[in-house]
Amino acid sequence: MKLGNEIQKALEKKKILLMTHLVLGYPSFDVNRRMIDQMVENGVDLIELQIPFSDPVADGPTILKANQAAISSGLKVMECIDFAEEIISTYSIPFLFMTYFNIMYKFGWDDFMDRASAAGIRGFIVPDLPPEEGADYFKKARERDMGFVQIFAPTSTEERMRELSSYSEGFIYCVARKGVTGKKTDFDDKFNSYLSRCRQATSLPLAVGFGIRGREDVDSLSGKAEIAVIGTETIRIVNEEGVDAVGPFIAGLR
Amino acid sequence: MTKKGYYGEWGGAFIPEVLYETFKELNLAYEQARRDPLFWEEYVDLMSTYSCRPTPLTFAENLSRHFGGARIFIKREDLNHTGAHKANNVMGQGLLVKRMGKTRVIAETGAGQHGVATATMAAKFGFECTIYMGEEDVERQRPNVFWMEKLGAKVVSVKDGSRTLKDAINESFRDWVTRMDDTHYVLGTVCGPHPFPSMVAWFQSIIGMEVRKQIVKSAGRLPSRVYACVGGGSNAMGIFQGFLDDLEVELVGVEAGGYGLDSGRHASRLASSDGSPGVAQGYMTMFLQNSDGQMLDTHSVAAGLDYIGVSPLLTDLAERGRVRFEAATDKEVMEALDLTMKKEGIIPALESAHALVQVFKEVGGLPPDDAIVINMSGRGDKDIFTIAHAFDDPSWKEFIRNKGAEYEVGK
Ligand SMILES: Cc1ncc(COP(=O)(O)O)c(C=O)c1O
Repeated sequence: MKLGNEIQKALEKKKILLMTHLVLGYPSFDVNRRMIDQMVENGVDLIELQIPFSDPVADGPTILKANQAAISSGLKVMECIDFAEEIISTYSIPFLFMTYFNIMYKFGWDDFMDRASAAGIRGFIVPDLPPEEGADYFKKARERDMGFVQIFAPTSTEERMRELSSYSEGFIYCVARKGVTGKKTDFDDKFNSYLSRCRQATSLPLAVGFGIRGREDVDSLSGKAEIAVIGTETIRIVNEEGVDAVGPFIAGLR
Repeated sequence: MTKKGYYGEWGGAFIPEVLYETFKELNLAYEQARRDPLFWEEYVDLMSTYSCRPTPLTFAENLSRHFGGARIFIKREDLNHTGAHKANNVMGQGLLVKRMGKTRVIAETGAGQHGVATATMAAKFGFECTIYMGEEDVERQRPNVFWMEKLGAKVVSVKDGSRTLKDAINESFRDWVTRMDDTHYVLGTVCGPHPFPSMVAWFQSIIGMEVRKQIVKSAGRLPSRVYACVGGGSNAMGIFQGFLDDLEVELVGVEAGGYGLDSGRHASRLASSDGSPGVAQGYMTMFLQNSDGQMLDTHSVAAGLDYIGVSPLLTDLAERGRVRFEAATDKEVMEALDLTMKKEGIIPALESAHALVQVFKEVGGLPPDDAIVINMSGRGDKDIFTIAHAFDDPSWKEFIRNKGAEYEVGK
């Protein structure tokens, strides 16, 4: 089933979907397994698996440190793909890769696409690959029934959003505010008017990420966006409260 | 036709969506400035009244005699205000910032020269200023940190990753994506996403324009070779642009050889075989990275050369065989520095001394009628701690011990 259709189907039963995120190999694949298990158990609808990169410019301190710790532990890109394959064969929800362009480029684009496709990856979120640089690559992903989720930002004009939408697959990732991952977002009037601009520019479902920390945030997105994205907060919880706190946290989100 | 912002297959603009409009605005302002002859006039006027342009071309008579080959000429970018070629780029971007109506500037810095230049420009133009600097560089370029702060800039020590230039660039981008409306990122070299490589090369081209006239006047001919050190590549592109079409002039870029190219601890992207194509910090070039695409820790005694990537313009020129790349080790650099001070009374920056090393290796083999030019990108004052340490200077150590005692808590 196409990613978009799958999301639509899930939305028939739920008011808002949850997409969670984790950094592969941080703190270890073993902990990743337990995190994913608790996420799926507690009703998460999609998961972003971030392949670490040494220079993740779109990420704030928490995810940055997680990237660097995973790389220092000797993590390899190939292990990330193998891990994804194992996980995808265990759970039925869609999984996406989030990473930076150099990881795919250096691996060898076609090889990376083939392996990701064989592993069952549904799409990619790559913040440093705008359509101006990536259009040819997006096409190649489509040929393999995968897609690049495009990103809207509060600074994007409506014209730009329409252009991005034409490249996007499955949904649009709306960055809730300026800045990097990990800081708080105010879901205020300004945010609401940004979100309605997003809505007007695309017919794809909207996922909102950056700064979503708890039930209140998810509630305030309900009815305005289709997917709430939880990123840094899960990493913080694992760091501070341990992996067993992930399940209750997710369960309490909606 | 090649894509905009590409040099061969190198360059591009791999930017996050949140900066799309900011880059559109910057491209527009840059293209307008390039079309407007008054802009360049204003720039040259500013550089001749606020800095020391045109900087002199010095005949290094004693060094020339010492090596007994071609005549050595030194382009004195060290005599710029703030002590390096970095001022050229910074003042140019400063004028652009005024045109764009922004009120805050941020910059990365390695050696601290670009940071000091940016803090100076911000003071003069009345901009708020934040400088990002790797923790390792904060330690080794302490005098520049002091001056940046005194000039009114906020200096942020970056503790992530390799704690050097690349991490300072990442942090600058993180600031910029948070606050692009009133802020311009004054990138310090011919790297990063388009239009930075092109724009910085344009401002630095003033070096090459001047030197081409100066050498013809002083030596009566074009130089047979032109040498420059290469960190990101801005001083090199600056001087090389004066001679790109003169195919008889050989252009030589000198990278940081660190502990030697075989040691794995260096910053030679093009002179060594360790570099490979990649995309980071918004552009495609040859990077020092592992087989997984993770950037490596580089090493150089010179903070300004201690960087994973290199200008896409230079990668293209290297690929086309127009620029030859060499590397100088930390040890060779100290020797060249010593000789230049003793023979010419000039104190080069550690970065610039890399180019001197290569000149000293080659100049003796060239005929005395030949002239060669070296770009002295900056002066060595900032390196006093590093150089004193490398020379293991006893009276300096004594001085530091006494100062330390004077500042001891409780005294
Ligand atoms: C004196 C000096 N020379 C050279 C460089 C290297 O930069 P680039 O290669 O852009 O000229 C620096 C950078 O900090 C510098 O301070």
